[in-house]
Amino acid sequence: MEEPAIGEAVSEADIERALQSDCECRDGMFPQGKVSTASRRAFLRGTGFVTAAAAIVPVRAMAADDGDAPWSLPGAIAKSDYGSRAGTEKVMRLASQGGTSALTPLQAGVGIITPSGLHFERHHNGIPTIDPKEHRLIIHGMVDKPMKYSVEDLKRFPSISRIIFIECSGNSNAASRSAGQKTAQEAHGLTSTSEWTGVRLSTLLAQVGVKDGAAWVLAEGSDGAMLSRSVPIDKMLDDAFVAYAQNGEAIRPENGYPMRLILPGWEGNINVKWLRRLKIGDKPFMTREETSKYTDLMTNTGKARQFSWVMEAKSLITFPSGDMRLPGKGFYEISGIAWSGRAPIERVEITTDGGKSWSLASLQEPVLPKAHVRFRYPWHWDGSESIIESRATDQTGYVQPTKSFLTRTEGVGPTYHYNGIQSWKVATDGSVSNVLNG
Amino acid sequence: MSSTVKVLLAAAVLAALPLTVWAQQTGYGGGESYPFGTPASKADIEAWDKDVRPDGQGLPLGSGTYKAGAQIYGEQCASCHGAKLEGVRDANLPQGGGPALVGGRGTLNTPNFKQTVESYWPYSTTLFDYITRAMPYTAPGSLKPDEVYSLVAYILAEGHIIKQGEVMDAKSLPKVQMPNRNGFYNDDRPFPVRKYD
Repeated sequence: MEEPAIGEAVSEADIERALQSDCECRDGMFPQGKVSTASRRAFLRGTGFVTAAAAIVPVRAMAADDGDAPWSLPGAIAKSDYGSRAGTEKVMRLASQGGTSALTPLQAGVGIITPSGLHFERHHNGIPTIDPKEHRLIIHGMVDKPMKYSVEDLKRFPSISRIIFIECSGNSNAASRSAGQKTAQEAHGLTSTSEWTGVRLSTLLAQVGVKDGAAWVLAEGSDGAMLSRSVPIDKMLDDAFVAYAQNGEAIRPENGYPMRLILPGWEGNINVKWLRRLKIGDKPFMTREETSKYTDLMTNTGKARQFSWVMEAKSLITFPSGDMRLPGKGFYEISGIAWSGRAPIERVEITTDGGKSWSLASLQEPVLPKAHVRFRYPWHWDGSESIIESRATDQTGYVQPTKSFLTRTEGVGPTYHYNGIQSWKVATDGSVSNVLNG
Repeated sequence: MSSTVKVLLAAAVLAALPLTVWAQQTGYGGGESYPFGTPASKADIEAWDKDVRPDGQGLPLGSGTYKAGAQIYGEQCASCHGAKLEGVRDANLPQGGGPALVGGRGTLNTPNFKQTVESYWPYSTTLFDYITRAMPYTAPGSLKPDEVYSLVAYILAEGHIIKQGEVMDAKSLPKVQMPNRNGFYNDDRPFPVRKYD
């Protein structure tokens, strides 16, 4: 069979047809960052309608028809040596009250990578200013040979890169109590995925020689809170690493520059940022962040779950989601993210009738363990009120629970690890809102 | 090439390679020694090695009293944690104010649960460790061991956990029995994992 041609020449008639069928695009459904119809038309005329046309017709000449400023100048490069996004792009993190965290705009995300500039933040005492030339990581305690490493030292070791989600253990806490948060960002924005590059702990621990009886490692940051957590040594030797890069460049200051501990699949807090010290010991250190905080009080018993590091399977529809408005009935691609700290995502199911029936969503390859996975589901909205939800299952067979299940089994206490199913209501006027369903 | 053949070939290649070479090539570093970094000196370690464990390991010399603690608390802590250690919510304060440090006993199994040092914290040593490293919020690390021992004595006595006359030091502090010492259990969620992939 003959290979189909890739792309085709676009006629004036094609462009006119496209312009006439122009409706509000997905951008137009978002509460923020609206793109005007005029600029969309210019975009369609210019390059949007692709390949062959763009190759044949000089872009500048086409734009000039509209009397616009030239779209490009021959030989021009970006003005800055470090690029920035288009000036019309306004998607932003959302700072919490008190300024100790900022949430990722999940509703605007596509694919699985969170841009470094939109990765969520959570700090316990601000972002330290660290001179990478001065920074050191000390490894000591129950070791044969205590060592200290500069950033440059670390970079000489064999390295690994992994695409890993980090989710704050307190993510979705407010959503566990009410549906008062308008957007996916407000309700669940303390999770993000980056590619992290660094050195395996197994490599570093082999350098210092761990003594018999060692079982725990204290990880300490160099922020104002000098945040510290105890990590079992088997996790350290399994898949932990000290990262110095995020999405192909140095880690952003708010995410641990110049180095942070990455414990794939475990709650954000224990992925200690601005890492400066690892102390090997035989018992947990019982720091504030693993006793008074980051423990899960069950109000039905009064007892608290401790050392609950793994973030369990969870998913979220990001389109359509809270505070958007669908312009009318018709085709929509439901899309969202799913993740699990235990095992790769096995499947994501979608309901558009409030849980009466569920259908499989397709998962975008690659489906990586301990990373956000993008799911998609084609939906023809008939214009009636619809409750849409997603439900993730990981390869251990664990199924994302409902809110009512969690409340029944754990009470209202746990401030951490909430992973209940999120419901969005699409009203007959197309408006989408956060609701509790069952 | 079929995947079976690939696997067989890979196995053959691996078997032929010394393990260290394989480790180096895959970046897993299994036991390989590299000449990077410098030995950490005693002074390097002592400058940072301030953590304190429940058994008292890491507690420094020094001691503190309720009386001294009350004064330091009034000067450096009360603005965020309240004159009566009741906590303050104020958007103008760092972190929106500091949490309550006392009260809340008997509330943990109710919807109005109140988690404080008195009602919730399992170890007295954690209080020493945390104040030393992170408090006061605007000048963390500025308190001397005697001052921290005193603050700990004050907070524990205000929480009716020790008597006002008890002196806190490296010997007495680890012996303090916290009311919620047995209020915790290890993660028991479905599919507890031993291997992490």
